[in-house]
Amino acid sequence: MVANPKMNERENILGRIREALSVPAPVPGAHSGEPPHAVSECEAATHIPEWLPRVGSTFEERLALFRTNAAELKADFVLLDSPEELIAKLREIAAAESWKKVATHSNALTDGACDALDLPVLRTDNGYDPRDMETCDAGISACDALIAQTGSVLVTSQSAGGRALSVLPPHHVVLARREQLLADLPAAFALLKTKYAPGYPSLISFITGPSRTGDIERILVLGAHGPKKLTILCV
Amino acid sequence: MTPAASQFKKNAIALTADLRHRALIRTALKKYEVVRDDKVSRFQNWQSARQSAAEIKWDAVNHLDAHLIEFARNLEARGTQVHWASNAAQAREIIIGIIQERKAHSIIKSKVMTGEEIHLNEALEKAGFDVVESDLGEYIVQLRHEPPYHFVFPAMHLTRGEISDLFSKELGTASTDSPEELTMIARRVLRDKYIAADIGISGANFGIAETGMISITENEGNARLTCALPKVHIALMGIEKVLPKLEDLALFLPMLATAGAGQVMTGYNTLYGGPRQPGEADGPEAFHVVLLDNNRTQLLADPEQRDALHCIRCGACLNVCPIYKNIGGHAYGATYQGPIGAVITPHLRGLQQWKHLSFASSLCGACTQTCPVKINLHHHLLQSRRNAIAQKPVWWEKPLFQGLAFLFNHAGLFSLGMKLGRIGQVFYPLVKGTRLDPASAWTKSRELPKIAPQTFREWWQTRK
Repeated sequence: MVANPKMNERENILGRIREALSVPAPVPGAHSGEPPHAVSECEAATHIPEWLPRVGSTFEERLALFRTNAAELKADFVLLDSPEELIAKLREIAAAESWKKVATHSNALTDGACDALDLPVLRTDNGYDPRDMETCDAGISACDALIAQTGSVLVTSQSAGGRALSVLPPHHVVLARREQLLADLPAAFALLKTKYAPGYPSLISFITGPSRTGDIERILVLGAHGPKKLTILCV
Repeated sequence: MTPAASQFKKNAIALTADLRHRALIRTALKKYEVVRDDKVSRFQNWQSARQSAAEIKWDAVNHLDAHLIEFARNLEARGTQVHWASNAAQAREIIIGIIQERKAHSIIKSKVMTGEEIHLNEALEKAGFDVVESDLGEYIVQLRHEPPYHFVFPAMHLTRGEISDLFSKELGTASTDSPEELTMIARRVLRDKYIAADIGISGANFGIAETGMISITENEGNARLTCALPKVHIALMGIEKVLPKLEDLALFLPMLATAGAGQVMTGYNTLYGGPRQPGEADGPEAFHVVLLDNNRTQLLADPEQRDALHCIRCGACLNVCPIYKNIGGHAYGATYQGPIGAVITPHLRGLQQWKHLSFASSLCGACTQTCPVKINLHHHLLQSRRNAIAQKPVWWEKPLFQGLAFLFNHAGLFSLGMKLGRIGQVFYPLVKGTRLDPASAWTKSRELPKIAPQTFREWWQTRK
């Protein structure tokens, strides 16, 4: 008998894979009579931006695209001119929805904004009780990037106060800076690599609109398990 | 006929005649093609994107050993425990072992098709654990004790009325005809479960070899919560799911969303690279990734059909399949429905038991045309037919065709046959529909074509 059965299964599986791969498979397209294509790993990657949905080259075009995508996703996107305006907007939302308590994390953008709310604040930085966070009316977080191509918000467990803050409260408010607006998905993955590699956060998430489901008769309902509302405030 | 084949035939006959059922599928899928085409048209070049996706997957699958080793090494480097399971029993044993070691009891699950494949819920319940599905569709079918109807839209076959009745019966809630209210009922019930659960179990849509991460695509946020709140996160993943590089997702995430549900991007696309890291606010103490073979290496060993392992489980081939649209998801009796299910199930569970799925196809090729990773689906169905017959010939087929060849080669015999046939068909109504009917398999649902009063040859001769 083998001493470590776990290692044994690993070797068994890898052995079966190697045996199977000893017979080569035709390259993609070979079946359909298309000319066989030499596959190179890096070749494809350089072309991906040319095939994905088009994004304009100027900041204004990207902004317009992000705004259109956000509207289609039923996310609220507001562009503001100063940190004061951002605070005023946040206070306006808090009053309109009669927030009683919010959850957030420490960050240059979130600190000032949450202090100005005059509400009890749960900060996730040094751990927290999920039941406590469940009672919060909003989760207010920073982000790593906004992606014009898809209307997505890129967050990580480092940049956005952990894993639950952006999904547990019923309203997720993202605070972003204009320079965080990226053109497309390849740019977002490049940013992740330069910013974090090799010590990536344990969670990286592309949030595209509020939580949604179509599981009942394919009819769209917002707020299935995560936030019912997603608001992106950008200064 | 094998039990799976006769069950399939029975289901298919009953369901194709069920007009209410067919109307339900049509309603559920009618908007799909419109929204998908809209999102496809936003790509600058969808066909090149498909080719590129197929090439990346080809590389991943044809160097699977190297990518898996890199994937596991990078996961382990950041504190994740990687387990290898050759079959369903081993995978169940590993998962139950982790839960027992933790002395845990309650489990929250986000959608995991490999879990359906290994009958994980039954095993966990039998071991005495509390298991709750958190994806709304999965939660509904779990309450009904039935398998998912579609591997992307699990409760597609149910009306809001049926779901309301189900919730009233199982949860004691007031009946409603609003999908929003029904969703909020599930939200309220499941909130407590996330917070109370000891263990979160998820699947994985992709594994990234380069960085050692799994990627989960979902709309509801239920997987996000499943992987955030419980102390232990277990991910069950098929070995074929690895991609070489992180940036490959820049292509696969929007393609999966587009092909799967006609979205630009799915609501949450999340990468998990380990348990809670130092300095992080939350997350599980332990993260386990269970890699499952379960006969995937059998499919890998068939170079002709190896590209079926490129599948990203978007479900696009089901949504366009004329067979799926008429018989629905439960008729197949397999974990993976539709064309992709018909291709992979014989490899995963035995060709002779599941070959009937390859024959249940019009070979129209809609599946191949729509597949975002260019799997040659309808050709694989033909190849499976060939393989099944070569492995186990049907005894009467060869003599039948030899007999026909003899008949067609002898003009006198052929015209005699035509004359006899014309006499025979006069008496045919006497046996039609009875047990003596030699053409009963055909005439059950169709008319037998009439032999013309004059054959072409006879007409040609009179003309001269």
